[in-house]
This record gives sequence, structure tokens and C-alpha cells, in this order.
Amino acid sequence: MDLGRDPPSSCSAGPVGDDLFHWQATIMGPSDSPYAGGVFFLSIHFPTDYPFKPPKLQFTTRIYHPNINSNGAICLDILKDQWSPALTISKVLLSLCSLLCDPNPDDPLVPEIAHLFKTDRAKYDNTAREWTRKYGM
Amino acid sequence: MSDFESDTMDEDDFDYSQEDEEQDFVFEPVIPEKDIKRSYDVEYKCYSPSDIEKIQNEEISHVCNILGCTKENASTLLRHFKWNKERLIESYMENEDAVKKEAGVIMDVKEPKLITVPGFSCDICCNDQDNLLTFALSCDHRFCADCYEHYLTDKIKEGESRYITCAENCNLIVDEKAIQLLVKPEIYQKYKILLLRAFVDDHKSLHWCPYPNCENAVKCLITKAQLDTIVPTVECSSGHRFCFGCGLKDHQPAICDVVKRWLKKCADDSETSNWIAANTKECVKCFSMIEKNGGCNHMTCRKCKHEFCWICLGPWADHGTSWYNCSRYEEKESVDARDAQTKSRQALERYLHYYNRYANHDQSAKLDKQLYEATEKKMEVMQKSSDFSWIQVQFLKSAVDVLLKSRATLMWTYALAYYLARNSNATALFEDNQRDLEMAVEALSGLLETQITPENAAELRQTVLDKTEYVNRRRQILLSDTAAGHLEKRWEYSF
Repeated sequence: MDLGRDPPSSCSAGPVGDDLFHWQATIMGPSDSPYAGGVFFLSIHFPTDYPFKPPKLQFTTRIYHPNINSNGAICLDILKDQWSPALTISKVLLSLCSLLCDPNPDDPLVPEIAHLFKTDRAKYDNTAREWTRKYGM
Repeated sequence: MSDFESDTMDEDDFDYSQEDEEQDFVFEPVIPEKDIKRSYDVEYKCYSPSDIEKIQNEEISHVCNILGCTKENASTLLRHFKWNKERLIESYMENEDAVKKEAGVIMDVKEPKLITVPGFSCDICCNDQDNLLTFALSCDHRFCADCYEHYLTDKIKEGESRYITCAENCNLIVDEKAIQLLVKPEIYQKYKILLLRAFVDDHKSLHWCPYPNCENAVKCLITKAQLDTIVPTVECSSGHRFCFGCGLKDHQPAICDVVKRWLKKCADDSETSNWIAANTKECVKCFSMIEKNGGCNHMTCRKCKHEFCWICLGPWADHGTSWYNCSRYEEKESVDARDAQTKSRQALERYLHYYNRYANHDQSAKLDKQLYEATEKKMEVMQKSSDFSWIQVQFLKSAVDVLLKSRATLMWTYALAYYLARNSNATALFEDNQRDLEMAVEALSGLLETQITPENAAELRQTVLDKTEYVNRRRQILLSDTAAGHLEKRWEYSF
């Protein structure tokens, strides 16, 4: 809705085929993050009672991040208990962009990555860059 | 003693208050059994749902008067502080704004209402019809009334009540009045019930009765730390007896921790592994379990083909030609292995000893409905075959009551006994009490099975009355003594 009116510069989304409940979205890796230069694809499934229930988002491109696991599942509060029906897909995608810039290692989905992020930031950055080159370019 | 008991029962209407004190030993004042306070009883009070609502409203009004705010604001604040009035008032006086912000309250006397706003478009459904009814809390996040209702109904159906925030998720709490205005009456009713539940859940000293469909709550001031020394059995006004500490059925005299360990032990397969340890040996090489069911001591593992001696577990090659007996039997390693096996076997036997007795009483308790039915029939027969009145055959029912209660008590004494340290004087005394009760219970149980004939009816009635009273006494003695032991920390456990 406001995705068309006021599209954010770093992401886009739209339905896949005729099924309006299944969308695909892309996020450009933020320039001030190790994901810079990468393009990440996500699949979005809308539940029938959307927007009263949150949409289901999943990364289809592999990404090295403390809050995103190998299946592409995302740990983000606004997609779970902090969801509000007033939120939109563009707001959600923007939140994901900021999650890429600032991971939340204190509430991790992949504890190993979170541990590395906290103890050896340089090594984390390197691995994330490597994965971005390998899967996101 | 029991003669006297049956006499007084028949003279219930006697006016004892007129009697001199010296005569009390003849006519003890008759207090109903359930009103006598015993050393193993705890203080508690039972509340019905309407009682709880009343208490809740009293607390809210009290805070209203102190803070000078609306009832809705007061209840939101109280819920945020988990109904700790003192802490709420203290924090409120210290930093009013911070408390209000944290709790999601804007003090506002405006009544919530639905209004139309010219040129409004709902951010949720994008409806921009004229005359669209809209709603917003004091935070002014405005949505159409339909969307707001949908949002609130969803939250309530998910079981949320005290922390439903504005649909924009701005931390402001939607209060009772706004909910009543927006949702359907049946959903509002559900919301009220959820609030009541949350009220009880927020109070550590209040618990719901765990029985299905029972709506009573019980207040008891026993804390978690006291559960090592007290078994807080409570009874709601519908007669459901349960432990306030763990919510399980009454498990006196065993403390909650013992009960938890025992049930876990019975439920998991720790005993299967004990059996394996007691009845099998492992192949020395590949550690497969082997049960020897015949043949000589020359074992060949079916999996890895390792050849060893069943007796000393050493490699068979060292045994030379001694095919049927092992001369290395008394060597240190084989003695150790044998000891370990015996220990394991003993542990299993010990557990089974207690478990069988526990399960026996548990099984009897499960058949209580049948027993009551059978007793009722017996009471009818007795009335017909002898000249006893209805009231005079009630002794059978009270005998069954006492029998079942005592079986429940006995059942848990076996769980407790399993964990009590051996070779302790206290344990020996406990087991004496347990044995006395067990014998009395079995005797009473046997009596209840006796065939009733017109000839033996009168005598049987007397014997059953005597035995019932005796069993009851034994049970009370055992419970009082164990409760005292918990308080004195007399019991030594071997977990």
C-alpha cells in the first residue's frame, strides 16, 4: 500500500504470480555493514487474518547473521509478540535493514554467531562478507 | 474409647454448654471432625469467583482514593505492580511520570467514545469512508472501530488481558471501559474472566483449585521456602483436597520434593535400566548388552565375536581348557564386578518393595467409586435384614471414608520411606507407625468384606465402629508425627 506510494530505497516487494498471499521481497545489504553489495531475497506469506496477525517472513538467500538461522527464519520482535496491525511490509523491511546493520546478539537465534559477534568482531565481519559474496552476489 | 464415641454420636442434640467443666471428660464437646485443627493442618481460606471480584474491587477503590484517579487507571497501575499496593504507592510518590509511562497509563478523565473524523483513513484497513466510526486512546493513535474491535477480540481470544496495548503498539494499555465499548458482550465477559484469572495468578498466596471445572481459589500464606517442612493440604469449598504447594492431590505426609522425585522415578524408565544392570552383562569389547539364558560360561559375543568368560569377564583365551568352570573367579576384578551386580539387584528389589505397596494403595483409591456403591448396597441389605435405622447404618459409609483417606496417606508414606535414610532411629519409628496403620487398614478392609447376616449385624457394627475409630487415630498419629518431624528436620533423606 504505502510500498507503492513511498517506496524505501533499499528494498522492494511484490506478489509472486496470482497468489496475493505469497510475496517476494528483496533487501540490499546496507552499505555500512558486512552485507554491503549483497542482494537478499525473502519470501513473505500473509496469514488470512492479516494485518491482525503478523506476516511470515523468511530469507531465501543464505546469510550469516546472529538473528537469522540456516533455514532463513528471522528472530525479530515485531514479527512475533510486538506485531501491531498498524505496521506495514515496508516498515517491516526497514526494520530488517536495521537488523542487518545492528544485530541483536543478546537474543540470538544462532548462539555460535552471536558469540563470535561479541568476542571477535573482525572474524564475524569477515565471515559475513564472505557469505555475502558467495550467496548474495 | 470407641464405645463412648458411638454413644455421643447418638446424642448429638445434647446441650453440652450447660455441663460443668469437670464433666468434660465424660462428654467432650462434639466438634465436627473437619473443624478440629490438627498439627499437620495449615491456615487457609477458600474464595468463590464473586469473592475474588469483590477483593479486587476493594483494592482498586482503595488505590483510587489515595491517588485520586479513575478506577480504570488504578487497576492498570495495580496490575503493572502485580497488585503490590505498597510498592505502587511508594514508586508513584517518588516518580509519578516514570511509573505512569512504564505502566502505560495516561491520567485522563475523558470517557472513551467512538467519533467520526472528517477526511480520516484507517491505517489498518485503508477505509476512508465518510462517517466512519473511529476510536483512539489518549495517545491519539486512531483506527476505525471495526479494526480496533477485530484487534482486541484477537488479543482476548489469545488469552491476553492485562497487557493489551494500543493497536499502534505504543505501550499504552487499553482499559476495561474501552474494551467494553469496543468488543461484543460475550468477548467482554471472557475478558473479565481472564482479568480475574490474572488477578489470582499475580498473587503468590492465591491459587486456583486444580480440579476440572472448579472455579474456587484458595488463599494460603505458605511460601515456597516452607515446602521443605510443611505439606500444605487445603480443601476448597466444593470439597476438593489438594496440595497448595504443587497443586497435586493431597499427598500428606510426603513433602512436595519427595513426591516430585517419586513420581518422576515411577514415570521414567530408570527402573528399566536398573533391570538391565541387574540381569545383563556387557560385552567387554563392544559393550552390547547380553542376557545369559543358558549354556556354559564360554561366551561369544554375537556382534563382535569377542570370546570371554561370563564369570570373570576376562578373555577366554586365558582360561585354557577349563571349559565349564572358571578358576579365576575369586580374583579381585571379578569380585568387584560381582559386588556391583548385587548392589544393583538390591536397589531394584528395594524400589519394587516400596513401589508395589504404593501402587497397591493407589489402585485401591482408584476403585473408591465402586467401593462406595457396594457399601451403599450393603447398607440397604443391613437395613432390611436387621432392625437398624438408616442413621444407624451410616457407620459403614464413614468406615469407607476413613479407609480411603488412610489408604491415600499410606500410599505416600511408601514414597517417603523409599527416600528416608536407612539405619536411622527416626526412620525406624516412622516405619513402626506406618506398619501399625497398614495393619489397621487391612483389618478394617477385611471387616468391610464380611457377609452381613441378621445374627452378626449388631456385633459387626460395633467391631467396625471400633476399628474405624482406631484407624483414624493411627492415621492422625502418623500425620502429626511426620509433620512434627518435617518441622524439626528429623528426617534424613538419601536422594
